Amino acid sequence: MIGALLERHPRFANWLYGFTPPERGTVVLVHRRVYIVPARLGWLYAATVMILLIGSINYAIALGFGLTFFLAGMGLAAMVHTARNLARIGVSGGRAEPVFAGEPAQFRLHLDGRARFDRPAILARHLGSGSQLVIDIPAHGVAEVVLEVPAKRRGWLPLGRVLLETRFPLGLFRAWSYVEPDVRCLAYPKPERSELPPPIAEAAAGALRAQSTGNDDFSGLRTYQLSDSPRHVAWKAVARSDHMLTKQFTGEAAAELWLDWGLLPAGLGLESRLSRLAGWVLAAERGGAYYGLRLPGVEIAPGRGDAHAAACLQALALYPSS
Amino acid sequence: MKAPAHPLVPEIRLVSARDLAWLIGSLLLVILPHTLRAPWWLTLLTLCLFGWRFYYALDRAPLPSRWLIIGVAAVGMLGVWMEYRSLFGRQPGVLLLLLFSGLKLLETRTHRDAAAAAFLGYFVIVTNFLYTQSILTALLMGAALFSITATLVGLSAPNRPPRANLRTAGLLLAHAAPAALVLFLLFPRVQGPLWGLPQDAYAAMTGLSDTMAPGYISSLALSDAIAFRAEFQGEPPPQTLRYWRGPVMWDFDGRTWSVGALLPTEVSPPAAGRVAYQYNVVLEPHNRTWLFGLETVASVPPEARYSIDGLLLARLPVRARMRYEVTSTIATATRRDEHPVLLRRALRLPLRSNPRSNALAAQWRSAARSDDEVLTRAIGFLRDGRYVYTLEPPLLGADSVDEFLFTTKAGFCEHFASAFVFLMRAAGVPARVVTGYQGGDLNPFDRIVTVRQSDAHAWAEVYLSGRGWVRVDPTAAAAPGRVESGLARSVPQTQQSLMLRAELEWLRNLRHQWEAVAHKWNVYVLGYNPERQRDLMSLIGMRDADWRSLTATLFTVLGGMTLVLLAWSLRRLARPDPVQRAWRAFCAKLAAKGVERAPAEGPRDYAARAARALPGARRAILQIAALYIGLRYGPHASARRAKRLRRLVRELRLT
Repeated sequence: MIGALLERHPRFANWLYGFTPPERGTVVLVHRRVYIVPARLGWLYAATVMILLIGSINYAIALGFGLTFFLAGMGLAAMVHTARNLARIGVSGGRAEPVFAGEPAQFRLHLDGRARFDRPAILARHLGSGSQLVIDIPAHGVAEVVLEVPAKRRGWLPLGRVLLETRFPLGLFRAWSYVEPDVRCLAYPKPERSELPPPIAEAAAGALRAQSTGNDDFSGLRTYQLSDSPRHVAWKAVARSDHMLTKQFTGEAAAELWLDWGLLPAGLGLESRLSRLAGWVLAAERGGAYYGLRLPGVEIAPGRGDAHAAACLQALALYPSS
Repeated sequence: MKAPAHPLVPEIRLVSARDLAWLIGSLLLVILPHTLRAPWWLTLLTLCLFGWRFYYALDRAPLPSRWLIIGVAAVGMLGVWMEYRSLFGRQPGVLLLLLFSGLKLLETRTHRDAAAAAFLGYFVIVTNFLYTQSILTALLMGAALFSITATLVGLSAPNRPPRANLRTAGLLLAHAAPAALVLFLLFPRVQGPLWGLPQDAYAAMTGLSDTMAPGYISSLALSDAIAFRAEFQGEPPPQTLRYWRGPVMWDFDGRTWSVGALLPTEVSPPAAGRVAYQYNVVLEPHNRTWLFGLETVASVPPEARYSIDGLLLARLPVRARMRYEVTSTIATATRRDEHPVLLRRALRLPLRSNPRSNALAAQWRSAARSDDEVLTRAIGFLRDGRYVYTLEPPLLGADSVDEFLFTTKAGFCEHFASAFVFLMRAAGVPARVVTGYQGGDLNPFDRIVTVRQSDAHAWAEVYLSGRGWVRVDPTAAAAPGRVESGLARSVPQTQQSLMLRAELEWLRNLRHQWEAVAHKWNVYVLGYNPERQRDLMSLIGMRDADWRSLTATLFTVLGGMTLVLLAWSLRRLARPDPVQRAWRAFCAKLAAKGVERAPAEGPRDYAARAARALPGARRAILQIAALYIGLRYGPHASARRAKRLRRLVRELRLT
């Protein structure tokens, strides 16, 4: 119910949470942003202390009073310790690699302890998707959590609100805070698994035949470059050595082809067109072709390699929807 | 730095063998004193349940079914019922709690269950205090408190090394201590109980009883338990005068003496004589109304009344350690004009019992001219009769006085007192048995007289017309050492408990020092009650503190302490760590030369840019950045590297 209320009135939510999203740079959880309430175990603990108090009064047990009051004082101390475990953590977002719509986006969050003591058992939960992890932040150290958020649509996917929570040290209190760092992940259109259309397919095939025997002819290894496709990384070799190695193929031909919006059937909707184009980009890249992309108002000159494919896919991802 | 991540919050994770071992260890510590009192089969059953659960943890097998647990619970409860014929009351209740601690473990799956079991451990701690609140128990239970808390910390931080958890537990307890002290002193104390206590709540208390059969005091004399302590203003009276008056026995059935019913007459004690002793007594609870005082009591504490046979009586049975102030005087005789009803009662004897003693008394009566002379003859008879004073008297039958006087001729003080009073009554002299304590141990360190159950004694009082009740100690006639130097020197050593033996001087010395500490503990910690709380409050300027003003003070102080604790937690956070400080200084130095760090620039990129811009300091800049990255994100952070980073930043000269 409260969730729905906050959903409908974002300004009320901003006031309640004490910040206006999204937040740039490192977000520090100041005390104002850390909330604390007794957890379920805390109520059980309080009941135990009450029973001990009544028993001590009834039987006039001096040391029973001593124990009761020690436990009460420890409850108080636990409250301060729990709030401290979360207070002043610095949260910053890391790089999020682009994904295709329908896949989970992997958001990295860096939790900087910024303290001389360690901060055990910090829960980070993405509110939208419910994905969560519990980590320990070492003293003077930083911990990284990877939250998997499904990308439903193409385009920029903002991280959204993240809950940070802890019950350390005794589990009696629950301290929590919300952050919304300015991190986003690019979601490419979901690629349609389709062959290249006949005109370009023939051109591509002809060019490939002329130059080589095929795409899968392995010719050797070279060191990895950032633009290499992960599919071409020689994972087995990587596992043996420590260096990233890329497989080279002799079939890498140079047939120039245009993936053109105009080639698509007329009756196709916008999202389906983008999906099919995305599928073509992948197919062309797989085929080792030298390809360009032409959309209404956008033209990307022919090229090859992962960086080129990424540029094409980004253009498709950010193509305005209306 | 890489930290292991887990998708579940700790409290719903399954409990690991490590955490379970901590929990079981803590619970063992808590139930240790109980196992010494519990029947052996219950101790064994509880330990088996603990071991069973631990076996499951090692074996990773699913826990036993609920029906099996209920079955074990039913068997255990049946056993307790067979043993005590009840499931309620103190001892059966505690035993059931032991059983449940084992059963609770058997259904402990998650960390939350384990935390609930740990709370049960806190609860069991307090049940130990129902039996004893000695310093040793307090220390053991303090260790248990620490251990349970460390277990709880471990449950909420499963990846942490146990040493770090112990440190956190210690920190928590240290932070709790001031609040606990304030609560202990200021929490408005109410005099319990709030409701009726179980029948056996005070069963463990030892002390004198309202009846005296042969062999009764000698069994008490084997106990080293403390009856009370007395602190005198000025010099305590000598050993031979330290008769602490207890219940007075009027009625005799041929074998057993008893207090009987006394008319509740309001009387006041005799005025204090020339030699008066002022002292206060810290009385151990004995579940009776008697307050012991030195003969003859001359003042009545406000919480007591004075009985017609010269005894101080509390209004309610003494069930908590009690402290009162008395003045006593050394009088030779009391109540010169005793009521004739009481005098008649002091002559009553059962018909046809102990015929030989009766005959002997009748013979004295006819030969003597006065009561005094009868008395002298009786004392002489006991002194010259070669009676043996022993802690292990032979058993006596129905005519106990005859058997003692003429057959066995060996007995403890109750035999002498009983026989003497019988002889007096048979000879027509009003007499009664007085029980109580004689002597007591003077602690040379704090000058406090400690009276133990082993000082229990019985003597006689005879009524001599014109003088009143006069104390006669028949034991002193037969075994003078008993009164002059205590029990230790008057019975054979093999019959005494270890502590009483006189030759172990160093042991006694050690014991005296320990008891001085224990006395302080009793008075200041265990004896803190509503009354002392009022005293303390008036000491700090709060006259007539009621619960409202106490609560207000309590909350003010507690609030202030929480603020201090909060300030502490902020202080630890506010200061960045030395590595971060060094890095900031480094950034500031570079910024002064025009190379400012962009908000989103990582240390590696920033250092590379700075090295290009300031080629003169290239080496130092890259070294600092590498060290910083290693310390912040690498697995090998060490104090030595941090020190080196600080030195490099300090010595960095940019041109």
